[in-house]
This record gives sequence, structure tokens and C-alpha cells, in this order.
Amino acid sequence: MRKLILSTLFLVIIAMMVYSCQSSEQLKQDIYYANGRDLYIKHCQNCHGSKGEGLNELAPPLTDTVFLKENKQKIACFIKNGASGPITVNGKKYDGKMPDFATLANIDIAQIVVYITNTYGNKQGTYSPEQIAEDLKNCK
Amino acid sequence: MKLNRSILSAFLFGTVVFLASCQDQKKLPILGPREAATIKNADGSTTVDTVYKTIPAFSFLNQDSTLINNDTFKDKIYIADFFFTSCTTICPTMHRSMKTIFDKYKDNPGVMFLSHTIDFKYDHPSVLKKYAQKLGVDGSKWQFAYGSKDSIYKIAEKDYLVAVIEDSTAKEGYVHQGWLILIDKQKRIRGAYDGTNPEQVAQLTKDIPVLLAEDKK
Repeated sequence: MRKLILSTLFLVIIAMMVYSCQSSEQLKQDIYYANGRDLYIKHCQNCHGSKGEGLNELAPPLTDTVFLKENKQKIACFIKNGASGPITVNGKKYDGKMPDFATLANIDIAQIVVYITNTYGNKQGTYSPEQIAEDLKNCK
Repeated sequence: MKLNRSILSAFLFGTVVFLASCQDQKKLPILGPREAATIKNADGSTTVDTVYKTIPAFSFLNQDSTLINNDTFKDKIYIADFFFTSCTTICPTMHRSMKTIFDKYKDNPGVMFLSHTIDFKYDHPSVLKKYAQKLGVDGSKWQFAYGSKDSIYKIAEKDYLVAVIEDSTAKEGYVHQGWLILIDKQKRIRGAYDGTNPEQVAQLTKDIPVLLAEDKK
């Protein structure tokens, strides 16, 4: 009996150790996500909402997974340079103007991208400042 | 003896409940400066009364390019604020909060909304109209007011007690406070709530029924 208890305890501890051992990549993504959330609250939430729901027809929601996936390379440009002109999100047309956040560094933008592509029902993995730099070169 | 005691305690309990229910209903404070004035009664005698700050007569163009004035808000309570359509900092949050309240009182004609634009250069009525439509509040319940810089800035600072400044050093050209001002049927200020603070907006949501109940008596 004593043996059984001890061995179960041992197994549980091993399991917890394995579980808590995240990969460094995952850890990095979590840090980006947390920082990205802070930046989101500061810069984006007033228009796009605390749940990414947008603001009626004034600001599009961030819940369109397909849009985010297809336009992931453009998000950096939208944030850095602003955006205007019609876009279609969730099947609805939005024709407003988004201001630029030109003072944000590439790492800030990467963190915001990680946050919005991994929340509100999205799960699109990590993104790096290097990728942001690459994306910004291709802005129209 | 035992019976007596329980009767006594029941009586005491009843008295307490009765007294508690007798208290006056909660009233909202009347804000702003006030002064004592001598009022002439109908019979020729005079009494001293308090004169509260009220919103003076105004006249602006709304989102349909028609004139609105005090009579538009006659016998209504309304929530006023100052904003501009290209503002991306506090205005979306303020109007998100106001929209929630707007939706709640959609069917109550006694509650109205009045947003003044402080961007007298760009926010002409047609721009306001587009903004209202996009916000989903197009109609007479929520008025968007456009006026000259002097008239809007003066009524903001002198009457609604909201600071607004045209500031060329600010990124968007204007600086203003995010107060939502609650005005009663006598045009007095009954509350000021930070439209970007969820707790204060919740308080405003609670205060509107109190103000509406006050007028029913």
C-alpha cells in the first residue's frame, strides 16, 4: 500500500515537471502575447474593443480568422502606416481611416501581431520582429 | 414570557424596516456654481432662493443640417459630450459607452443624447451624418451638433464645464476631456462621468433611472 502511494506520488511529480517544461519557443510566444496585450490595451482597444469586437461600422472587428490569416503580412503596414479605403471583414465592408502608429518599434508590432492572431478565437502561432521588418519593406 | 419577547422583537424589527423604508429616495446632486437670488412672489413679497447653473439657450446645426436648440431637448433629460469624428483616442471609447446606454433607452423618448464636435474645420454636418450612421445611431434621439468654434468652445467651458482646446502640437489637433454630462429637464447639470472609465459609466447607467424617477413625482 505504502509503495503504491509513493509510486503514484512519484509519477504525479514527474508528470508535473514534464508539463511545466515548456519549449523556449512557446515561452517566447507567451511573453510576446502578454506584452502585446498591454500594447493592445494602450493603442488599439479604444477603437477595436476589449474583445476585438470593433465599433459598429467605424472600426472593424479583429475576429475574422480568415482575414487575419490571409493578411498577416499586411498587419504590420496597417499599424505602422495607418490604413484607409474599403476593406471587407467578416463579410462586412468598412470604409474608414485607421491612424498610423509610426512610433512603434518592430518588436512592439510583432508583439501586437502575436496578441491579435492568438486571441479572440485565433491561434496562429508566433511572429518575430524580423518578419515585421520584412513585411514593412513590402508596404504599399 | 417567551411569547412576549418574540412579539417584542418582531415589533422592533418591524419598526426598523418601516423607518428604513420611510427614507427619502436618493437624489442626484445639482452641480456647478450657484447663487442666492431674491425672487418676487406673486403677492408682492420677496423670498431668497438658490439659482443653479443651467445650460443657456443655444442653436447649432445637427447632422441633418437642421437647427437644433434648447427646445429640441425640452422636457427631456440628456447626456452631452464633446468629441470630433477623426479622434481615435478617447472618443471611440466614450461613444462605445454612450451607445450602450443609447441602446438601453432606445424606446424611452425622455432620454436624449447630444454630442458636440470641436473640429469646426472638418466635421461639417455631412461628416457628422456619416459618423452617426456608422455608429449606428442615426435618428433624432442622438443629436450631433456643429457650430462655430466660439459658440461650441464657449458652451463647453462655461456651461458644460468641459475643457476643450485646439492644440496644433497634439497629433490630432485637439485636446479635450471625456466627460459625459447628465442634464436634467430644468437644464441643470446633475452628473459628470468619465466616459472612458467603465466604473463611472456604470454609475451613469444607475443614475439615469434616479433622475427619471425624480421628475415623475
